[in-house]
Amino acid sequence: MSAYLEISRLSKSYPTPKGPAIIVKDFDLKVKKGEFVSIIGHSGCGKSTVLMMVAGLNPITDGGIILAGKELDGPGPDRGMVFQSPSLLPWLTAIENVLVGVDQVFYTATHEERRLIAEYYLTVVGLGDSMDKKPAELSQGMRQRVGIARAFALKPKMLLLDEPFGMLDSLTRYELQQVLVDLWRKNQITALMVTHDVDEAIFLSDRIVCMTNGPAAEVGEIIEVKFPHPRDRKAIMEHPDYYKLREQLISFLEVRSHLRPSARETNNHIPPPNAESHPAPTKQGRTSAELANLPKSTIEA
Amino acid sequence: MNTKKLDWLILPILGLAIVLGSWHALAGKKVVTKDAQGEIVSEVRQGAIPALPNIVETWDSCKLYIMEPFAKRGEMDQGILRFTMYSLGLVAVGYVIALVVGVPIGFFLGLSPTFAKMFDPLIQILRPVSPLAWLPLGLVMFLEAGKEAGTLAALFTIAICSMWPTVLNTAVGVRAVPQDYLNVGRVLKLSRTKTLFKILIPATLPYMFTGFRLSLGIAWLVIVAAEMLTGRPGVGGFLWQEYNALIYEHIILSIIIIGLVGFVLDRLMSVVERRFKSAL
Repeated sequence: MSAYLEISRLSKSYPTPKGPAIIVKDFDLKVKKGEFVSIIGHSGCGKSTVLMMVAGLNPITDGGIILAGKELDGPGPDRGMVFQSPSLLPWLTAIENVLVGVDQVFYTATHEERRLIAEYYLTVVGLGDSMDKKPAELSQGMRQRVGIARAFALKPKMLLLDEPFGMLDSLTRYELQQVLVDLWRKNQITALMVTHDVDEAIFLSDRIVCMTNGPAAEVGEIIEVKFPHPRDRKAIMEHPDYYKLREQLISFLEVRSHLRPSARETNNHIPPPNAESHPAPTKQGRTSAELANLPKSTIEA
Repeated sequence: MNTKKLDWLILPILGLAIVLGSWHALAGKKVVTKDAQGEIVSEVRQGAIPALPNIVETWDSCKLYIMEPFAKRGEMDQGILRFTMYSLGLVAVGYVIALVVGVPIGFFLGLSPTFAKMFDPLIQILRPVSPLAWLPLGLVMFLEAGKEAGTLAALFTIAICSMWPTVLNTAVGVRAVPQDYLNVGRVLKLSRTKTLFKILIPATLPYMFTGFRLSLGIAWLVIVAAEMLTGRPGVGGFLWQEYNALIYEHIILSIIIIGLVGFVLDRLMSVVERRFKSAL
């Protein structure tokens, strides 16, 4: 199956007086149609930057993104976004918030049809009774439900989720993960999610992309999650493979965390534990300006 | 224990009593000396500030204006609330001009860093200029309007002086619109107009209303200066006329009325403001 979303050699750097600060370097990823892919990594590693570039909200420095055969250029409603904070417009009710997008995308539909679409998705996420409430009257979890309904109601080509449940307590998070995964299955939509929650990534994803720490973050490894859908949280947690996966992800994150610049400076007499997965900089053909930006021990390695 | 509950009522009354008492104590009083036949020999005012009318004199002199608040006896001899209405009418027009001009300027300042860099220093310089300085310029500018020159100059002064809080608060509000809200608009590819009306303006409204309230306060402050210099009928004009006519009691009446009206306006605006903020 060919890729539906193809991210190739995606890079992001910001100019600084000392030369460009490279956030993301040569990020490659292919996502099949209907696949759920998570990007996991430490905060600040640039995973959100990648997602924002796919969303078109953050300009791409280098590389390209192709979605459904078309190169992306700027943001658009073909990619439904769920932000970490629900970012609902506080002066609009739940349904009005959904309708802002629906009105824009389905402008040829009648007023009643558009309202039906919004009502349908709000009901599916469990807000049938709270459609006319303002965000201030809704709990954090309910607001994020509106955020999910708003994204799905656009019938987008794909879904982009930026730590969508990061601000919720764990019970609410479980509930919403279920809501999300049900909708995802029903709509057979391609999804790319950024998270730092290992269990969340395993429960929802077909594949998990582990990102190395910045600067110049890239794809570290890609881990496949082979549990069939629909998944039962309890069943997969009891599955013997679950802990292997979890172990694999956590060890990746922990090992990388020792490589963080601050950690490297305090014990830079210790060689980095996994120098092989962090290729020697010269092999990548980095410029001297970029080298100057890298922490000392990396250059020594 | 019980007294605590009435603090909100008793303490302000006590404060008022202290101020009125001090006024009355400092104010002058007429002392009439008569000879044996009862003929008036001399009439002098005595007291710490002899020319300042005391409470009794002020009430005697002003009660006609207060008891018949809407009477019209002549151009500059009308009930105090009728004068207030004239003043409020003028303020309303000047204030609306200030908002209509100020809001778009605020939006441009908030949206365009170039525009802000161009005009911000200028605004900071013009903002502290007194209404008394603007008014003569207004009179000169509208010289050709003849009889209406005074009115136009007054409106110009009210508008230009009261505009700044609206301009600056709108600009701050526009800059403070969360990026999240703007991202919603960008993801949906809302047009510029839709982004303005669906996201920017509603998100800025609470800030704008703070500006509107402050602007109204200034507009009312300016009215007195404007009426004094143009001689229009109104509370400010009345105040100045009675000063020239040596009826000092009416100056005090005017001051009290100006203060009360300003207070009521501010309260009304903060009710509207709170409505808007709680609606969010």
